[in-house]
Amino acid sequence: MLNSKRLVLAHFWLAFVVFGLALLLGEWQMFVRSPLNPWISNSDLYYRSVTAHGSAMGYVFPTLIAMGFGYAITEFALKKALIGRRWAWAGLALVAVGAITAMIPVSLGLASVLYTFYPPMIANPFFYIGVVLVVLGSWIWVALMAINLTAWKRENPGKPVPLAMFANVAGAYLWGWTAVGAAIEILLLIMPVALGLKTTIDAGLSRVFFSWTLHAIVYFWLMPTYIAYYTIFPRAIGGRLYSDAMARIAFILFVVVAMPIGVHHLFADPQVGAGFKFIQSVFTAVVALPTLMTIFTICASAELAGRLRGGKGPFGWVAALPWQNPMMLAVTFSFLMLGFGGAGGLINMSYQLDASIHNTQWITGHFHLIFGGAIVIMYFAIAYDLWPHLTGRALNSARLIKAQLWLWFVGMIVTTFPWHYVGILGMPRRMASYDYANSAIAPQALSVSLSVFGGLLLVISGGLFFAVLIRGHLAARTDPGTYQFSVAVHEPVRVPVALNGFALWVTLMIVLTAINYGYPIAQLLALKGNAVPAIYMGATR
Amino acid sequence: MSTERLFSFKNHWFAASIGVTGALVVLSLIGGFVVLPYATTTASFAGIWDAICSAAGVPRATAPSDVAKPDFTTSNVVINSQMFGAQDARSVGRGATLAMQCAICHGSNRQGQIDTPNLEGQPAAAIYKQLRDFKAGSRTNAVMAPFAVRLSEQDMLDLAAYYAYLPRQPGAHPALALDAPVIVARGAPMRSVAACSSCHGTTDAKLGTPWLDGQSAVYIKAQLQAFATGERRNDISEQMRNIARQMTALEIDAAARYYAGRP
Repeated sequence: MLNSKRLVLAHFWLAFVVFGLALLLGEWQMFVRSPLNPWISNSDLYYRSVTAHGSAMGYVFPTLIAMGFGYAITEFALKKALIGRRWAWAGLALVAVGAITAMIPVSLGLASVLYTFYPPMIANPFFYIGVVLVVLGSWIWVALMAINLTAWKRENPGKPVPLAMFANVAGAYLWGWTAVGAAIEILLLIMPVALGLKTTIDAGLSRVFFSWTLHAIVYFWLMPTYIAYYTIFPRAIGGRLYSDAMARIAFILFVVVAMPIGVHHLFADPQVGAGFKFIQSVFTAVVALPTLMTIFTICASAELAGRLRGGKGPFGWVAALPWQNPMMLAVTFSFLMLGFGGAGGLINMSYQLDASIHNTQWITGHFHLIFGGAIVIMYFAIAYDLWPHLTGRALNSARLIKAQLWLWFVGMIVTTFPWHYVGILGMPRRMASYDYANSAIAPQALSVSLSVFGGLLLVISGGLFFAVLIRGHLAARTDPGTYQFSVAVHEPVRVPVALNGFALWVTLMIVLTAINYGYPIAQLLALKGNAVPAIYMGATR
Repeated sequence: MSTERLFSFKNHWFAASIGVTGALVVLSLIGGFVVLPYATTTASFAGIWDAICSAAGVPRATAPSDVAKPDFTTSNVVINSQMFGAQDARSVGRGATLAMQCAICHGSNRQGQIDTPNLEGQPAAAIYKQLRDFKAGSRTNAVMAPFAVRLSEQDMLDLAAYYAYLPRQPGAHPALALDAPVIVARGAPMRSVAACSSCHGTTDAKLGTPWLDGQSAVYIKAQLQAFATGERRNDISEQMRNIARQMTALEIDAAARYYAGRP
């Protein structure tokens, strides 16, 4: 039973339209700075595109997926109508208006600051206002998730919160706190400068606040993916979830340690002390735990499914898995990309190893593999899984879906592996052009060209994805039945209070933030004379 | 179950999570603030508190004797994008009067001497900075210096406003318009040479840099050579000296010829 079909569909469609446009921009960027194309002689156009691509892919697309999926989970898992549906529409409207508000100055060339803002570059104020509106819209979602969970708990005292909802609210709380860093940066540091009230900005402090958001935002993007691993995948392949408690602990760990670790993005920044870099490096290592636990639990769940389907012996169950099933395929690809991307991530978070790849194309490769690969491929799978329930029509494109998932996987590998490689060779990121005629750079030309073709595969895959969804809207009406989440091997009858709510974990998250960020922020606030002149985008200089 | 208290050390979930997190914090604090600072071979600390402060990033004053004193006058001009904002007609007018003494060398309508720069349409910040440098002696020229020493701060602002107000003149030899040479369009990344166009126009312009379009090739070449030899050193961060030193003679020629042919 889904009462808010139109609400969820609206979120998904807006998300995917934004994704489709940003995907085309991404491929264009790869093409124009590759040796396959003579230099466009206009780096400004390139940076406009990078800003649009990053802002759309980073702020708008995953936020809308998390919101739409969150509303669907609320109704499916709690088996009651969403409380505050009008507010949810208002949230969506804010995101949509914010996205358009931000994109206008970007396309006019007044906001080429990239999605990470990079003060002292200062964009037109409407760019930041747009981003703030997107965040405000998402905070409505955060509040609604909390309200719906609280209301359900009041009506069902002592009952375990369904895992899908528990994980969903974990994502909401994580995002609520994570977004605070960038919100402080924009409202208190950047906006006064963008509005012309000040002409200098403390770039170092701004970067510290952004790092507060910058890492955990990825875990917010990751949440729908992990929810799908735990609560959709075992059911979709005809098995059971290996452990409900393990799943809860994994999501709790994300809430607690995904956020106070962002300083590992500032390893090369001088304004943060080495001691704090070390602490946050340690906690970054800890955040690998919930992912490793997830891989264990999901593989165990897959083994259960394989054995239920008659698989025998140490590896027989692998062959017995339903490899024709899109969800099986998507999770496999997602895990492979998560494995490679995660291994790269462990290198990034190591203080010394980071030095050799910091600010190179390796980093671009890393986050595209994790986000564009492991995460987004599960967004596709979530859409495929939900679509019949949203449209009331069957999704009859099994071959197309498989082709789409394969193309996305192969495309993402072909795109990102060469990026990692040229990163090791030292190719810097965020550059509009490279002189491949230079004998020192020429050996990188082949790898860069390869990744352009990887991007082309991604564009084709994106096209197929839209074809599948549109065909879904045109198919014959059918009754999709009741939506089911995975059932655990041992369904929880009762769970400890600690695993049924977030009071303790949100408190820990905030305390850890204070420990890991308190002193660096306080010190930068207290220091005088560290502001630098603002550089206004698009201004006559 | 609803009676189970969460925030109590009797609740083993609470106790364990606080305990494990606390232990991890303490261990990483010891590691990051005590063990690692002492593990570095280059640092010497007065005591453990000194090591902790160092790891926390507490700024420390450096001994003044560490600062090398240059044997020439360094440029001390501070400019920001707000200094030359609104156009002031009176300032432009005063600048026009003052500029009559400049015309003898810099000419008008690009009719100046071949070894002087064209000033019409230059950004105000660029004019102002060079005048200040000539006056202070951080840029030296036997002809310019006597003019500049007589100028007041307001005179220099007025001259800057006047020349910025004038329209840029069309190129002397537009027929020569060439494709941008590599050094202009892309620089030489492997020698840390940024593209000329990333500061001097076409791709991007930076505060205080002059437009080079339509400048005399002789003048551009002379300045690059002066930067390369260190004869001219009023580029505050040594950016032009570093670039010019790394440029080949052919690149200097190509850049000078290219800009001279620009409209």
